[in-house]
Formats: sequence, structure tokens, C-alpha cells
Amino acid sequence: MKRLVLLSSVSSDAHTWNLVYLQLLIEELGHDVVNLGACVPDGLLVESALRHGPDLVVLSTVNGHGYGDGKRVITALRAQQALRNTPVVIGGKLGVAGPLEPERVDELRAAGFDAVFGTDAGAEELRRFIGDLVPTSAGGELVT
Amino acid sequence: MTISEFIAQDGVLVVQPRMGFSDPDLMRRGLLAVAQASARAVATITLDSYTRVNDVPAAAVALRDGVPLNGYPILNHPPSVTRAMVEPLVAAGIPVQVRHGSALPLEIFAALAECGLAATEGGPVSYCLPYSRVPLPQAVDNWARACDLLARAPGAHLESFGGCMLGQLCPPSLLVAISVLEAMFFRQHGLRSVSLSYAQQTDRRQDMEAMDAMHRIAAVELSDVDWHIVLYAYMGVFPRTRSGALDLLGDAAELAVHGGADRLIVKTPAEAFRIPTIEENISAMEYAAAVADEVARGDPKTERLVDTGVYAEARTLVDAVLDLSPDIGRALRLAFARGVLDVPYCLHPDNAGLSRGVLDDSGRLRWSRVGRMPLPRPPDPGPGRSTPSADLLSALSYVERKYDRATL
Repeated sequence: MKRLVLLSSVSSDAHTWNLVYLQLLIEELGHDVVNLGACVPDGLLVESALRHGPDLVVLSTVNGHGYGDGKRVITALRAQQALRNTPVVIGGKLGVAGPLEPERVDELRAAGFDAVFGTDAGAEELRRFIGDLVPTSAGGELVT
Repeated sequence: MTISEFIAQDGVLVVQPRMGFSDPDLMRRGLLAVAQASARAVATITLDSYTRVNDVPAAAVALRDGVPLNGYPILNHPPSVTRAMVEPLVAAGIPVQVRHGSALPLEIFAALAECGLAATEGGPVSYCLPYSRVPLPQAVDNWARACDLLARAPGAHLESFGGCMLGQLCPPSLLVAISVLEAMFFRQHGLRSVSLSYAQQTDRRQDMEAMDAMHRIAAVELSDVDWHIVLYAYMGVFPRTRSGALDLLGDAAELAVHGGADRLIVKTPAEAFRIPTIEENISAMEYAAAVADEVARGDPKTERLVDTGVYAEARTLVDAVLDLSPDIGRALRLAFARGVLDVPYCLHPDNAGLSRGVLDDSGRLRWSRVGRMPLPRPPDPGPGRSTPSADLLSALSYVERKYDRATL
């Protein structure tokens, strides 16, 4: 089942190799990717998600601001009725001091992320996650 | 003392960290540690990534909530705080360079002037295409005004980040061309002291060839200003073992000496995992300086430079851009709009995105697609070894694997 994945960085993160790689990886799994690139302001991400109605939103960030930026933008995404059930995941180097503390991972999940991937997560975990998505008319739905 | 006076002083390689902390006290400690290190070192204030995208409120929230930033928010701290922070270095004659990463640096440059700082870096292309979504014409205009402002400061120095485009997988001829063109843009906007960057890539001999090409083209194009070359230790995925990371850094120091760079931006063994501490920065700088010293005292290099066409390609690209307009900012805008310059793997909407760089079997970077750039069309590379994502990952981690394997 071909799905649409919206791929994006967060507002303060300029890195793009992670996005170039993830686009190739997700396309090889047979899905379509809209890649928003670096330094995506919250408003642009929300607007793009509303416009494209993706089955999944993947946020990838490696500059250490993922915790703060991620928490803020997931709140903005979840504030939209149409995006309340869209699966949204975040992964990468999320804090400035190595792996993110478990409490902060929990906070990100509580704020609305369906999954939080640290730097130890491999391609296989994302593959499995995408494989577990059940498509619905209003975007994907997560089976847990 | 200005960076160029400092470099000229005793002829040894000058080293420099990329250090930035949100707290002025910690930042001051970092600056003092650089000043006291046993290396000839320029100090660095790296700004945080909220400041880079002009998001002053987000930096303010982080400061209020005690969330550490990945650099120094110079627009949030009062100029008096920043002035006091750098005062001991100014007094000791140690130059301080501000590294910021902004595509729209005017506000930051205005803050530098208020803080008495006059050395910084970046460029209208090198800080726009890879790191922002600002339209290139807007970045060029903003950089032009920012340069005009900076040029009025006594001792102003501006370094082009053009030799570091995307950190890896960009064939060297394009890195050389962009660095030279940005330095020419700075000169057109009044700067009299500039530097050109080049980032260590995957193959020492190819890097030597590229640095030679940069010297030759800069000698012609920048003959009426003060200039030097700054080498960046490898900017891609860093080795994970300590000895692999130090080997790579040591090779960068050797390359800097043999390739004729006057300054080296170091990386640390911590780089693969997190933002390095002050102590890690200092020890990496001291290590690089010691290697450079040993190399400089040793036999002069005997290997012959190979010519695989880096100079000819870089010269062709520079000439093709200069032909578009006598106004270099306008020439750069037209060059990207027409694909005369095209950075591989760059996702920015104003980059043509038709070019691709690959690693060949000998570990050298080459073009697999040149798009509309006026360069020789490469032979068909044939099918990749694996899937495109696996091939990309393998190329991105080539240096990491090479240096980590050597130490196992």
C-alpha cells in the first residue's frame, strides 16, 4: 500500500543529510515523500500537513534542539482537528548532551508524538513502524 | 589584533575551535581556555541555531527556562555583557571570530559592531543554500548590506564558508569556485581582509590538488586584498573511536601544513556523539597544533601534485559565473537560477538539484551528474552497488569506516 510521508526538519535545524537519506529510504519502501528540507517554521509544517494530508509525518533533527522544537511543533500540529490522529514521529539527536533523558522522551510522547527515535534507532525500526501503519481515508492510523 | 596580523606573526599554523555556549560565564571560560591553550589559537564564539534563523524569542524562552542552547545568543545578551566577556582576549591580542550560520546576518553584524567584534564568517551562498530556506536573492541582498556594514569596522575580516558546502560529497572544484566567488563578493562590498575555506574531504591527494587550485585562482582574483586559506577538519560523519578521530584530525593538520592553509578549524573525538566540552575542544586544538608543528619541522612534502582537473573545473566555474554580470551578487543569483552552479544533494528550492557527487572506487570524489554546469559530462556510472539509500549511507560513512577500521 503506497503511502504519503511528509518529511521535515524542525525550525532551528539546518542539517539535511538525514533528510536526503530518509527520503531515499522511504521511497525504496514504495512510498511517496514530500521533503520540506531544512529550518522548517512551525507554520509551514502545519500548513503542509493540512494541504498534503500525509499518512505519516516524519521529523528528523540532529542539532540538539529536537526536544524543545519538537515539543512546540507537535503541540501546533495536534491543535489542528484534521491532524489530531495523523501519525507523527520524531527522531535524531534530540538533546545537546547525548541521548535524551527518559523523562523528556515521555514528555514528547505525552505532547503527541507516536514514536520518539534516538540515535540508536536503525532503518529497520522506521521500516517496521511504517509497515505497521494502517491506512485510512483520513491519513494513516497507528496499530500498537 | 586582527586575524591576519595574528596569522602573519610567527608563521605557525593557527588553530581554532568551534565553541559556543548560551551562558556568558561558560562562554567566557571557553574563550579564556583557548587564550591559555598551548597552541597558537584564534578564539571562537559560535552562535546558537535560534539566532541563526533570527528567532530571538525562541532563544529568550530557552534562556528563561534553562534549556541549554547549542551556541551563544548574541542578540539576547546585552552588548555590555558580550564586550566584558571578550575584553580579556582583546587585551591579550587574541582574535575572536564569531561563527553564526545565518542567511540573513545583517542584524547579527550590527550586534557585532556594538560588541566591538569585527571577524566573522559565512557567505550569501554558503549560508543560504545548505542551511536555510531563505530565497537566494534575499540572502544576497542582506549579505551585501551586512558586508557594507562590517567593512566599516576597524580590522574587519570575513571568511567564506564556501569550501564547506554540505560538509561532504561535493566534488572539490565546486567548493573552490564558491569559496573564491564569495571572497570576491566580500571584496566588492568593501572587505579588505578575507579568508577562503576548504573542508578536508575523502582523499588526501585530491585535497592537496584542490588547495593548490584555490591558491592559484585566489592569487589572480584577490591580488589586491589580504587573504589566506582556512582548512576545516573533516565535516562529515566523524569516526566513533577516539584513535580514529585523532588520526583524522592529525591528517587534517598535516594537510593544512602541506596544502598551505594558515588556519585550521578543528573537530574533537566527541563530535560523533555530542557537542564537545571546553576541555575536549582545547585538547583537540593542542593535538592538531602539535601535529602541525611536527609536520612543519619534518621533511618538506616530496609527493608530486596530481592534476585530475580540479583547477580547470574550478576556473571554468568561476569564469562562467563572472561572465553573467560584473555585480558578483547578481552573477551568483543568475548562476544558481540557470544551474551554472548546482550543489549536489542540496534541497534548497533555489538550487537546480540536477548534480550528484559520488565516491569512486579509490575513495576520491567525482561527479556522477553535472546537470547544467559547464563541466565535462561524466561517464555513466552504471547501477549502484546496492539501493540508493544504502549507497548514500555508505558514501557518507566512508571516512568514518576508513579511520575506525584502521584503529581496530
